[in-house]
Amino acid sequence: MATDLTVAVLSGKGGTGKTLLSVNLAAVAQKATYIDCDVEEPNGHLFFKPTILSERVVTIPKPVVEQSLCDGCRICTAACAFNALALIGKQLLVFNEVCHSCGLCTTLCPKKALTEVEQPLGVVREGQHGTVSFEDGILDIGQSEAVPLIKALLRNKHKDLVVIDSPPGSGCLVSEAISGADFCLLVAEPTRFGAHNLAMVHELVQILGKPCAVLLNKTVEGAENPSEEYARSHGLSIMGSLPYDRTLATLTSEGLIASEELDHYHAFFSGLLETIRKEAADASDTHPQR
Amino acid sequence: MHQILILSGKGGTGKTTVASAFIHLSQAKAYADCDVDAPNLHLVMGSFETEQKQDYMGLKKAFIDPELCIGCDACRQVCRFDAIEAEPQYHVINIACEGCRACAYACPQDAISFVDSKVGDLRLLQRGDEHFSTATLIMGSGTTGKLVTQVKNQLKQAVDPNEVAILDGSPGIGCPVIASLSGVNLALMVAEPSVSGISDLKRVIASARQLQVPVAVIVNKYDMHEQKSADIEVFCFKEGIPFLGKIPYDREAVHSLNQGLTLDQISSNGAEAVKSIYSRTLDLVKETMKG
Repeated sequence: MATDLTVAVLSGKGGTGKTLLSVNLAAVAQKATYIDCDVEEPNGHLFFKPTILSERVVTIPKPVVEQSLCDGCRICTAACAFNALALIGKQLLVFNEVCHSCGLCTTLCPKKALTEVEQPLGVVREGQHGTVSFEDGILDIGQSEAVPLIKALLRNKHKDLVVIDSPPGSGCLVSEAISGADFCLLVAEPTRFGAHNLAMVHELVQILGKPCAVLLNKTVEGAENPSEEYARSHGLSIMGSLPYDRTLATLTSEGLIASEELDHYHAFFSGLLETIRKEAADASDTHPQR
Repeated sequence: MHQILILSGKGGTGKTTVASAFIHLSQAKAYADCDVDAPNLHLVMGSFETEQKQDYMGLKKAFIDPELCIGCDACRQVCRFDAIEAEPQYHVINIACEGCRACAYACPQDAISFVDSKVGDLRLLQRGDEHFSTATLIMGSGTTGKLVTQVKNQLKQAVDPNEVAILDGSPGIGCPVIASLSGVNLALMVAEPSVSGISDLKRVIASARQLQVPVAVIVNKYDMHEQKSADIEVFCFKEGIPFLGKIPYDREAVHSLNQGLTLDQISSNGAEAVKSIYSRTLDLVKETMKG
């Protein structure tokens, strides 16, 4: 039974298997939308190789000065919290790299010497791979503000299953990417680094009040697993483990989707998706929509 | 302070593994973890004698006084960061607020004030003449770029200007990476032999080059996919990017890192590889310092 559900896959540490999991979960669902929110380094498209149906440029407004109208009153420079404006001699300068596009300076300028001009930030694409609807965002090189691009990417409303491939880390990009998620699947590798960053994202999803569970990736029979130890000692539900497999690593290196190549991986990811659906349904019963 | 920054674009390719081995091999007096979003370098650097810790304050965040608010909605309309919610009463969502103050200017009631907000901890650790600068960010916070700049600045102030600092970078190409690239003598890219690793490598190289930072490349776990590893070498050759070597996959490496050892401390192929990469990196940095 398919119901509307948004699952975010995140990990704190990079390279633990976020894209592997999100791509395969979307691929085994009857109908799903995969959204790659790692706009700095998007990789989902390398696996789905989607037919791109639309591509649009996302812009952010930046103030532009008409020097002939500026009388040097310094209202804007005093008001800007980011020090993105400076009056040097009689020239008003705007530093786009530190401007947050809040619009305050333009609103305040008594001489209307500042106007906002939309500048490109990146692109948002939509495409299709079999039954999977594909969306991703690609930040332009040299741009530092990925949040508005993630917001643009998540603006569409979806039905059925949505799988969000989150950026690494536990900062503002991640909280933006997972803001609409019903359930967070954390992925962790069996290293101290993995466990440390797992603890960080676990804290983040708890702050945001999201139901979550962890999948232990790259596990080795009999070997130590600091991430598993963390989960067990912190009441974090373990949803399963995906043992280290050289074949899986090779498929992934080549941009192939394991669940489309090998039956046992199709079965594994289908089972995982079922478990996620069940846990998410239980969580929404106990935590009615906030 | 001269700076070698370890980057990768993609996460999990081995930045911290390489950075910690370099620090150990060079007996570095100055090093920093610029991955404030998910710092890990401290896990393999052992214990320190002294620690200076200070609160890292971000921009003050808006606070709406419910007594004064008349619910006119002006603040919510002007906020571009979706940081104000009307229900159950007008309030600010702290992690979304960027502190721009547009709401306060819009408020006809003067109901909005600004309160201190701590976004992280800045740490300077010392052991003899070794300095380690690192930070942790409070979950979900923004302004990571500024915190990275602080991490680098406090190190710069603490050490001799002729010191060569090893900086462990963060994944991606956005604000923390751009901040970490500032003033760097060489950005050493740790690539992974996979379609994702190559795609991400190209984007991070383009980002560094835009800021005129010299780059060099190594491949980690090259034997996971020798063809892709060869593709990376060819790419570097075509682009005129120094290729400084490749490190084999090593099960032992995971074990030793889990024990808090650095890669060069264990006798294996990986350790040999990282040693020769280190000496080539140093030669290259010396060249860039001359040039």
